Amino acid sequence: MAQPAIDCDKLARRYGRRWALADVTFQLAAGRVMMVAGRNGSGKSTLFRVLSTAIRPDHGAGKVGGYDVVDEREDVRRISALLAHQSYLYESLSAKENLDIVARYLGRDNEAEVLERVGLSARADDPVSTFSAGMRKRLSFARVLLQRPDVVFFDEPYGQLDPEGFRLVDAVVGELKARGATVLIATHQVEHVVGYADCSITLEAGRVVGTEGALL
Amino acid sequence: MIHALRKEFLLQWRTRAQLMAVIVFGASALLLFSFAVGPNAQMLRQFSAGFMWLGLLLSSTLTLAESFHAEMENRALEGLMLLPMSPRVIYYGKALANWFQLVLLGCALFPVMVVLYDAGTTDLLRLFLVIALGTAGLSAPGTLYAAMTAQVRSKQTLLPLLLFPLIVPALLASVKATSLIVLGDPMQQLAPWIRLLAAFDAIYWSLCGLLFGRVVEE
Amino acid sequence: MNKRVVPGIVLLAIGAYFGFVVTLATFNGVAGLGFGIPTGIQAAIAATCAVLGALYFLTIDDVGDSTAPAAWLAGAGVVCFAIGSYIGLFVAPPEQYMGEVQRIMYVHVPSAWCALLAMTIAFASAILFLLRTDWKWDARMEGSIEVGVVLAFLLCCQGAIWAKPTWGVWWDWDPRLTTTAVLLFAFLGILALRRFVDDPVKRGIWSAVATIIAYVDVPIVYFSVRWWNSLHQQQSNPGTVSRQFWLPLRANAFGILFLMVAFIMLRARISALRLKTELAPPPLAEAQLGEAV
Repeated sequence: MAQPAIDCDKLARRYGRRWALADVTFQLAAGRVMMVAGRNGSGKSTLFRVLSTAIRPDHGAGKVGGYDVVDEREDVRRISALLAHQSYLYESLSAKENLDIVARYLGRDNEAEVLERVGLSARADDPVSTFSAGMRKRLSFARVLLQRPDVVFFDEPYGQLDPEGFRLVDAVVGELKARGATVLIATHQVEHVVGYADCSITLEAGRVVGTEGALL
Repeated sequence: MIHALRKEFLLQWRTRAQLMAVIVFGASALLLFSFAVGPNAQMLRQFSAGFMWLGLLLSSTLTLAESFHAEMENRALEGLMLLPMSPRVIYYGKALANWFQLVLLGCALFPVMVVLYDAGTTDLLRLFLVIALGTAGLSAPGTLYAAMTAQVRSKQTLLPLLLFPLIVPALLASVKATSLIVLGDPMQQLAPWIRLLAAFDAIYWSLCGLLFGRVVEE
Repeated sequence: MNKRVVPGIVLLAIGAYFGFVVTLATFNGVAGLGFGIPTGIQAAIAATCAVLGALYFLTIDDVGDSTAPAAWLAGAGVVCFAIGSYIGLFVAPPEQYMGEVQRIMYVHVPSAWCALLAMTIAFASAILFLLRTDWKWDARMEGSIEVGVVLAFLLCCQGAIWAKPTWGVWWDWDPRLTTTAVLLFAFLGILALRRFVDDPVKRGIWSAVATIIAYVDVPIVYFSVRWWNSLHQQQSNPGTVSRQFWLPLRANAFGILFLMVAFIMLRARISALRLKTELAPPPLAEAQLGEAV
């Protein structure tokens, strides 16, 4: 059996005295689309941040694409991408300039194409500070698409988007899945996502309290 | 590396109004120093180099702190680290951009010093060298500490608190060297001070580049 | 008794023996107890063994062990310091040019050595912490920085007390003392940094980085201030002391060294205990929350 795309073992992470993640253990096969459900504060965002190596776990171990999230962070970062609550954007730069930074670093030059894909071509040269929340979300999507990741973490992708935005997210997830990428989606839109997700886990107080479907 | 620099200069250009404000702050600091000393032209001239560098130092805390403001707003720095961009590249890009801004600041404060303290010089090349080396000494550790304190509460107090004791040698040397240039250097004492500045810069530009990665990793 | 303390006790015993022999040889002319080793080398052996012994105790001290070694070290320190101070204050003759005020050197010089040693311990701990992420070194770094700050502050006070009657001013910009003042501010800043950061990992890494940067600066500050000062004034400052002043100086040096190490050990313990609660693993799950996968 090929190695799982995600492999967590008792991941734990605290903020101050509160354990945001207390004991998260699961495995996920490559190419699956998994929904991560749970109330506010259940640890979904923290889990994604730990797995994408934005923060380190305090206890436990995790592997993404076979690479350890603590010892092989560079490799994990190379193959994964995170769509977080924060947009990772520079307010005073334009949409195109923000994407330029990523594209130039990765050696790509398809910024225009990606902007078209997320429907922001018309506003490519406007500074991000003039963007609405929904437009920033689309630009963050564009940023993720540029990276062409093998493992993607979408943290509340439907937040702040209009129905057209919803369709965009669905289409992007479909494309990623067709490419063979592994997609994890943390969301409150459970009814919507459960329609196309292969499996799901539910978090509560930093622990996995339920799974549905086949993770492996 | 070039791209990192390009991004930094683009960011600086977009927020250039901020630099103007800092230059005005520095100039007003120089004005305040002269009020503190009194209208004694002789004394003002003698201490002009010290005042200029003190003004530059105080203003530098503003520019340095500001340099990470854009990175922290939307966690853009984290976004860069996750690309993955090497922290060393990020550090040197930021440090060079900060250095550039501080050099501009120094060059802007020099005419203020000339006017307020009657302390000018025609040896502009050497003066520029001293400003360049001195501000480099401020920029290297300053960028590192700015990255650290940007993530902490009470950042405005912590940055100067950490930075000021550290850059004492650079301050001493810069003031001394500038003083010699402006007031005259009969005994050829300038070279050793410039060498000291160069050594300080070499040590801290390498050391801080090495340590920056540990500072920004979460 | 914990077997691990044995090498430390052996080192201290060797140091004490040779120290005693050197003292006897110098002041009573009693020779022959030193195994034929020249007196200078004996003194060096005594000093090295004492310092290494004290530092050894620092490196093996752990939260679970008893505090007896620290208490014994502190006791030894008090004894040495008492002997040194008594001789320095009442027995040794006043110095030729400076008079009674010179007696402060019996405390000042050893404090200076120990302050620098404390900062060096902090530097070494910082490097070890960054390389190994062993939390004991973060605790020791915090302890040595705090003790070093106290010593540096005392140094500045002693310097001022010496300067006022001698030169008429409280501060005379002596390079060593000025460097100490800069060092004091730098390390106070690091302590402030530690206070403002809650996350233990970030706190440890950031203060270790800051400690390394500050320590590397110390020689640079010293040379630049010395240079800067030499252009203005030529005041001499008490440096070397002549033979008859050795004994109280050495005794005080050991005294302050032992006291310093004892305080660092105890302070590091407090730090380590605090870290223990901060780094504890997550609590076990409540009964019957479904174990998935």
